[in-house]
Amino acid sequence: MTFDFDFALQVLPDLVRGFAITIQATVGGSVLALALGLAFALANRSENRLLRVCSGSASEFLRRTPLLVQLFFIFYVLPDVGIVIPPIWAGILALGLHSSAYMSEVYRAGIEAVPKGQWEAALALNYHPVQTWRRVILPQAIPPMVPALGNYVVLMFKETALLAVITVPEAMNTARDIGNSTYQYTEPVTVVGILYLLISIPVVLALRFIERRVHQEAA
Amino acid sequence: MTGKTNLSIKAVGGTGSSQVAEFPYRETRLAQSADKQVEFRSIEKRYGHHQVLSDLSLSIKRGEKLSLIGPSGSGKTTVLRILMTLETIQGGSIWIDGKPLWHEERNGQLVKASQQHLRRQRAKIGMVFQHFNLFPHMTALENISQPQRIVLGRPRVEADVQALELLDMVGLRERAHHYPAQLSGGQKQRVAIARALAMKPEIMLFDEITSALDPELVEEVLNVLREIGRTSDMTMLLVTHEMTFAKEFSDRVLFMDGGRIVEEGEPDQLFSAPTQDRTRSFLRKIIAAGQRI
Ligand SMILES: Nc1ncnc2c1ncn2[C@@H]1O[C@H](COP(=O)(O)OP(=O)(O)OP(=O)(O)O)[C@@H](O)[C@H]1O
Ligand SMILES: [Mg+2]
Repeated sequence: MTFDFDFALQVLPDLVRGFAITIQATVGGSVLALALGLAFALANRSENRLLRVCSGSASEFLRRTPLLVQLFFIFYVLPDVGIVIPPIWAGILALGLHSSAYMSEVYRAGIEAVPKGQWEAALALNYHPVQTWRRVILPQAIPPMVPALGNYVVLMFKETALLAVITVPEAMNTARDIGNSTYQYTEPVTVVGILYLLISIPVVLALRFIERRVHQEAA
Repeated sequence: MTGKTNLSIKAVGGTGSSQVAEFPYRETRLAQSADKQVEFRSIEKRYGHHQVLSDLSLSIKRGEKLSLIGPSGSGKTTVLRILMTLETIQGGSIWIDGKPLWHEERNGQLVKASQQHLRRQRAKIGMVFQHFNLFPHMTALENISQPQRIVLGRPRVEADVQALELLDMVGLRERAHHYPAQLSGGQKQRVAIARALAMKPEIMLFDEITSALDPELVEEVLNVLREIGRTSDMTMLLVTHEMTFAKEFSDRVLFMDGGRIVEEGEPDQLFSAPTQDRTRSFLRKIIAAGQRI
């Protein structure tokens, strides 16, 4: 097997364009997952039993079924009941929903790590529950969660390759198209792999750095 | 869902064990005499099956300085936490300024207190904790300033000025921009006192506020308490193991044991001539442990 550098360079622009969509999907999915994960975590602690049960079973369901199944469901099944979502949005929705269930666990652990005395001090000062969350609990809970949440973002970044199956023209899909039409898979797939590494290695290093900082501050 | 019945109302419980207690409606209508600011009426407190307070009744006059003493586990902290609404009760009722804490009157009926009612009642009370519970992500100044702004709606400038004045009073003005982690235990506790005072409570609760401190830091905190006692007419309820301080500071001392008030009196009387065996044996143990009374 030989690696054709000229061919690799020639397909690079197309692959980079595909990669831009990969990044869009990751960013969109992460924003959704971060917000929804927090919402799940808050709902799980709610006084309202119905809300707790609903959010608990939803996040359980999202974690117990494969992402691929969720993707197919949103893109191929929902249209049968009249809900048609463009591929990229369907992808973002599936990625966001799926990770939100995992992220809600990170939020839960982080929130539980805030000492009980903080809640009590806020209540004694007559903070409204919303103020307690916003001013006291979350500012303490979130910084230590950043590394764990970041790891889920990196995981999602890699899982965007699955969006190829719902026709999203992200990097992997582009590579496959190139392969299908030229019968040369080695170069485009290798380039895509390298592009993934170029992004994920620095991100992982940054996360490790943040993690160390958070631990130092805690000490 | 307002639980309107004429004969009885339910003791409410948001957290913890939610056993239901009932008390006669008629009793709740009895007017409080004017000088009673706080009244505990036949309080029952249980954690599961563990009875922590039994039939505890207590009234506190406006401006009174009251100390609670007693062995570990006797329920002193619980009394303060109940008044601060950090704990619910399974029986009895609490009254502040002639109004029940967990209930309010609507159309001549006592119904479960709304959040507004609870917040109005809670606003009269401040608490200082054994372990300070300062907000670690805020400076000393912000710890004192933020609650005034977001709870009382004071403008930032006014809240900051107030905070600096209070920091001055507790001798920590130059530490205004330090975070709790950069302060000693005694300093943290003085900031916590300032934070509670900034909310202008009518009743202050102090739960063993020096017992988490190194011995050499105790006095600086007690001095702040002395100063507050001298200069303010707040009602103060103090749980303490410092008998000398309780004696000098309080108008009245309560000795608790096993979830009941065993004996109460003026400090001189209670410390020098206790009438109950349990009080005597507690004080003997305190003296044997090296404290002077
Ligand atoms: N959250 C809780 N769950 C179960 N039991 C509790 C809880 N809080 C307090 N107790 C029990 O209630 C009893 C009274 O506790 P409390 O803290 O009021 O005592 P205390 O007089 O303040 O004691 P100390 O001097 O040790 O602070 C103790 O037996 C304690 O174990
Ligand atoms: Mg205690």
